[in-house]
Order: sequence, then C-alpha cells, then structure tokens
Amino acid sequence: MNKNFILYGAILIFGIAAPFIFPAFKVQLSILCILIILAITWNVQGGEMGYNTFGNILFYGLGMYLCASVQVGMFFPLGEWTEGGGEKTFVHTPAQFFQGFAVGLAVAAVVPAIIAGLIGYSILGLRGHYFAICTLGLGVAAGEISGGIEIIGAGQGFTTPPFPNVDRLEARGEFFYFCSFIVLVFTFLAVKAIYSTRFKLVLNAIRDNEDKAEAMGIQTMKYKIIGWMISAFFCGLAGGIMGGLVGYIDSTDVAFDGREMGVFMVLMAILGGKGTLWGPVIGATLFHIFKEGFWTFFLGWQYVALGVLIVVIVIYFPEGIMGWLREKYPERFGEVVDEADRKAQVTLK
Amino acid sequence: MDFLIFQVPMLTLQAVLDGLLLGILFALIAYGMALQWGVMNIINIAQGDLVILGGYIAYFMYLYGIHPAWGVIVSPIIMYFVGVIIYKLVINKVVDRDLFISILATFGISILFMQLMNFAFGADVVLANSGYGTTMLFDNSVTLPNSKIFSAFISIVFAIGLVIYMKKSKLGRAIRATAQNARAAKILGVDTEKVYAATFGINAALCGVAGALISITFTIHPYMGLPYTIRSFMIVIVAGLGNLPGVAMSGMGLGVFEEFADYILGTEFRIGSVFLLLVLILVYRRFKLSRKREYLK
Repeated sequence: MNKNFILYGAILIFGIAAPFIFPAFKVQLSILCILIILAITWNVQGGEMGYNTFGNILFYGLGMYLCASVQVGMFFPLGEWTEGGGEKTFVHTPAQFFQGFAVGLAVAAVVPAIIAGLIGYSILGLRGHYFAICTLGLGVAAGEISGGIEIIGAGQGFTTPPFPNVDRLEARGEFFYFCSFIVLVFTFLAVKAIYSTRFKLVLNAIRDNEDKAEAMGIQTMKYKIIGWMISAFFCGLAGGIMGGLVGYIDSTDVAFDGREMGVFMVLMAILGGKGTLWGPVIGATLFHIFKEGFWTFFLGWQYVALGVLIVVIVIYFPEGIMGWLREKYPERFGEVVDEADRKAQVTLK
Repeated sequence: MDFLIFQVPMLTLQAVLDGLLLGILFALIAYGMALQWGVMNIINIAQGDLVILGGYIAYFMYLYGIHPAWGVIVSPIIMYFVGVIIYKLVINKVVDRDLFISILATFGISILFMQLMNFAFGADVVLANSGYGTTMLFDNSVTLPNSKIFSAFISIVFAIGLVIYMKKSKLGRAIRATAQNARAAKILGVDTEKVYAATFGINAALCGVAGALISITFTIHPYMGLPYTIRSFMIVIVAGLGNLPGVAMSGMGLGVFEEFADYILGTEFRIGSVFLLLVLILVYRRFKLSRKREYLK
C-alpha cells in the first residue's frame, strides 16, 4: 500500500513536470497520454471481457468529430465553416474557444457512450471472430460514410478551431498536454476503481465462459453493454482532445483510422499484456517510443515496420510483457507457488 | 433522390447484369476464403491484398507488352508460391491458436503488403487494358464490356475446375479429409502440414486469378484490399462454410446489391454500404439465432 502510494505519487509528479522538463516533446507526450487511454479502454473489452474489438475506433472518431463540431457550431454556422476549409473567416475569442472545447468534450464523451449503449445489444450478441469482424466493419463503415457527409467537411476534411492567441507561445502545447494528462489520470483511476469491484469478476467470468456465467445467473448482456459504454466514454474524450491537438480531421486518416489507431490500441494492449491494469500503460509507452523512433529514422517504411511488428508480437509475444513477468515471477503477482511442485515439472519435448 | 434507376427498366437491367458479372468475381475470392477457413480455421484479412497483388502481376505483364489475359495463367502460379511462403513464415504458427490471433496476424500481413505494394507500384489507380471492346444490347441501351463477360467466364471455369480437382485428385481428397478431422487425417498418414501449405497456396492462387481479372475489368490500387476481404467474408458467412452453390449465389447477390447502392446512394457511399451491410447481416443472424438461445459459431 505504502509502496504503491510512492509509485503513484512519483508518476503523478513526473506527469505534471514532464512538459516543463521536456518542452520539445509536449505534443508527443500528449499523444502518449491519448494512446495509453485507448489501450486501457481497449483492454476493458479485449483483455478483461474477451471481446476482441476493432470498433473502439468508432467512438474515438465520433468523439473527435463531435467535439470539433460542437466547438464550432456553438458560435458559428457549421456548414460555412467547413466550406471555408482552412480559411479563417470566423475566429474564436479565447473565452469562446475554451467554452466550446469544454462543452464539446462533454458531448464527445456522452454521445459515444449512448451510442455504444444503443448498438451494444445488437453487436455484443456476436461472439469471437464474428464480433471482431463486425466491429472492424463498423469502424470502416463509419469512416467511409463520414467521408461522404458534406456538413462535417466530407472528403476535404474539417479544420478544428485554431488555438486562440494568448501571450505565451507555449500555451497551446501545455493546454492540450494537461487536458490529455488529466483525462488519462481520470481514466486510469476510474478503470482501477472498476477493476477492484465485482464488475471485473463478472467481465472475467464472461471471458472465461460466457454460457456458464449466464447459467450462474449473471445478466451478461447488461455487463457487456456497461463495459462497452465505459470504453466509449473515455475513447470519445480521447478523440475530442486528439482532434484539437492535431487541428485537422480527416474521415479515414485521422478520425476513423482503423488502419493506424484502431490497430495500435489492440497492439499496445497485447504488447503490454492484456487483462492487466498496468499492461496497457507499459505497452503503450514502449510502443510509442518505438514508433516515434522508427517514424523519425525510417520515414516511409513505418507501415512495413508496423506490419512486421504486429506479426512478431502476435506470434511470439501473445501474452505480453506482464504475462511474461507473471510467468517468470509468479510470487510477485500474488500466486502461491509450491516449490517442490515447480521442480517436479518436466518440460515435454 | 429521384430513383431514376427504377423508372428506366434498361438502367435496372444494366445494374443487374453488371452486378451479376461482378458478383461472380467476388464469389471466386470468397471460394478461396471458404476453402482455407474451412480447412485451417483461419480468417485471412490479407485476402484482399493477395487479390490486389495478383492484379499487379497482370498489370505488369500488360506494361511489358504481353496481353493481360495471360495474367490469368501466370498470376496464380506466382501467387501459389507467395501463398506457400506466407504460410511457412507466418500462418503455420497461428493455425491451431485462437482465431483472433490469426485475424491480427493476417491484419499485420495486410498492412505490410499494402505498403510494400505502395512502394513497388506507386499509389496510382491503374488498370490493364485488354482491348476487348464492348457488347451492346437492346438498341445500345445496355452496354457490357466484353472484359467483364470474359472475366466471369474465366472465374466460372476456374471455380468448376477447382471443384473437380478437390473431388478427384489425391491432394483434394487429403484437403477434404483434413478439413473434416485434422487429427484423424494425420493418424491415417496425411501430411497435414503439407496440406495446409497447399490449401493456403491454392487460396492465394485463386486470389491471383481474381486479381488478374479485376485488373482487366476494373481498377486496382494498393489500398483497395480490405473491401475485398470484407466482401468475401460476408459472402462466406451468408452462404455458410462448404456450401459452394450458396457462395456463388450470395456472391452474385452482393454484386447486384453493390451496383444498386452505387446508383441510389452515390459512388462515395459504395464501400461504406458494403461494410454496413456486413454489420447488418451479422446482427440479423445474431437476432435470428438468439431466439433459439444460440449464437454464431
């Protein structure tokens, strides 16, 4: 307990101090926070519940579009804004910007959660690979359809409101960093709190054997939908912040980017170890460092590297880092190991 | 929307014919997917990218002055070996694991292929011109490019050929035995490892044929793979594994659906409507099965 307290305190202090220690990496740090949020929320489905989804990108993209649309639409006509493209016909005052962003984030969190609740009953009735492919289809369909809707910019994209001019040059990066960091802390604590309740046990029961869980009197569908709504809530928040951070929303390359973000979140959670609280955090951090290093030095080959990385991780590392640690040091994870039993084990060849 | 398509019967006929000819191609790709799904229990997300790669082989023959129709012969031969290599490198490590692992691993292959093709062939939309001309029907009101008819004919030939091969040949029998029960087949002396490699190779070869035909009839682009995967997946789940007439029927149905979606909703929603249809079909089947307290397996 005490040791954990020190650990959390150290991470929190580091998180607050990070943009001042590494001022050049503020955007990267914000993206890292977003990635960790996505990995944690994916883990609620993929790791704890056993429902491997490619569809959380749907909520991420929805949040992105909703936040930007609300932020613009609260003060200016949305259609004219997107028609103008990047031209600055309308300028947000600082008060309008922050007000709009706050309301936008709220909408970006709540609406995806509601949508997850609405479609949850239909989609979560599917199992295994059918669920995976169905959610993959949902994500891609959302991207293709939003690329055809005029009012949110269609194919030419949607420029989010630029950060208002305030005196400090650093303000934009710090604002978005602290937004994403606060949401990250909030997400982590919320998920940690959820994992310490019966809810997590129910999710694990669904993962291990859904029919038996149902036979034990658990209303599995209710829990699955609630789990998905929680994920959608935080994915929407992450998307909203990411939209403001990137400054430009494209339907298939930024918002509903199943080929990048949608796979990243799965990969990060698997790399760290699914079904653990810290796994996605570690996985996302390592993945981001690797990705940025590779993106910088081997520009153009990043997708090739990504493809190889996916194959290698999935084939050789399906348990992830936390799973590997758990196998090596089971005592630290609270498992009781009988020493004589372990010695008696013989590996078959 | 004024639904012009329903007021002019010739347009409807045009859409139906286009859809049918297109659907036969889809059915050929779906046949490959059903084959390796049934035998190896693997869902291959890279299916569409194999198709596109096959298409580029035919396109390159066209660039070097050989008639692209010969791609129908050359492309499957090359793609067979590509498939076997993919199997040896990746797929054999995921065959008996969780299905999601195979989905993710083939997703990785798909991304890899996409980008490698983008490097090798450029990001332009290309097509191999076969120069077959068009057939006019009903006083020039319905136009059918001969290349489409040619590709539908070739697809049918390959599909029937494969059915006969699976029935008669030794390898075909071994593949069917492995699909029924891999363990029993192994006990009875079938080298399942070889059978799996051959199955994946045959699947890739079918993709090669389809790709060559697509490069003649339509256009190819490095990033166009995923819709073909989704289409073939959809056709297989509608028809059911091992139901070949069903695959052909649902393939043609999907083709017709797409042509109509194209006319009614507009071309920009074409791919979106395909993906949405997949979601709707899965949800429909889920509700239908949940009445009997079952689920899709």
